[in-house]
Amino acid sequence: MHELNVPLFLLALFPLLWIMNAPVNVLLFGITRDITGQTAIRHSLPPNARVSDLLAQLHGQYPRLAEIRALLVAVNGEYADPDQELKSTDEIALIPPVSGG
Amino acid sequence: MIALTSDPIDLGSAYKYMQADGAGAIDFFLGVVRDNTQERPVDRLEYEAYDRMAISEMQKIVDEAHRRWPILKCLVVHRTGLLRIGEMAVLIGVSTPHRGDAFEATRYIIDTIKQTVPIWKKEIFTNGEVWVNATP
Repeated sequence: MHELNVPLFLLALFPLLWIMNAPVNVLLFGITRDITGQTAIRHSLPPNARVSDLLAQLHGQYPRLAEIRALLVAVNGEYADPDQELKSTDEIALIPPVSGG
Repeated sequence: MIALTSDPIDLGSAYKYMQADGAGAIDFFLGVVRDNTQERPVDRLEYEAYDRMAISEMQKIVDEAHRRWPILKCLVVHRTGLLRIGEMAVLIGVSTPHRGDAFEATRYIIDTIKQTVPIWKKEIFTNGEVWVNATP
């Protein structure tokens, strides 16, 4: 099988790569769904990445996010500060300006 | 009681829930779907919520209202999904011993919901649609 030909040292790197780029799941609502065309995105972050890092990367990936008046991030159901660190187990959501009521 | 629902909101059962022996006042606020926005005719609205956070943010608002006013019963119900003109999108109910507190608490709850609760409203026109407040 093809997989058996992978050198062992590369296999040893996989856990490291996983830690370096632990993907987070980002829930999308409202206008952010329309802009990305998705209800959630998987996004890889470096270790100790903060909310502001995630926003900067997503703005690079989806430039039209800049059209939104103000974009906040919620972590585990609470509004998060820009300097809050993110873990791969966090439930992360983009919160465009709310308009309930 | 705090709830999100995709079903029509029933004012009759809400009124029964709000009754309390010590209440001298029961205030309701009904947010309903208007047929226009800035003179542009609206066909219908679509509401979307981040359910778990919408519930917890509404709970925070109700908790704060309880700290500020002597509330006996409090109700917040918000619709999700497609709503037509005239349908109730949100219902707030507050019962208190005297009317002044009920008026103030009801206003505080609806005003704060509009600022902090992750619910989004899309206005759908005959020739387009827009997420309210999303863009400058």
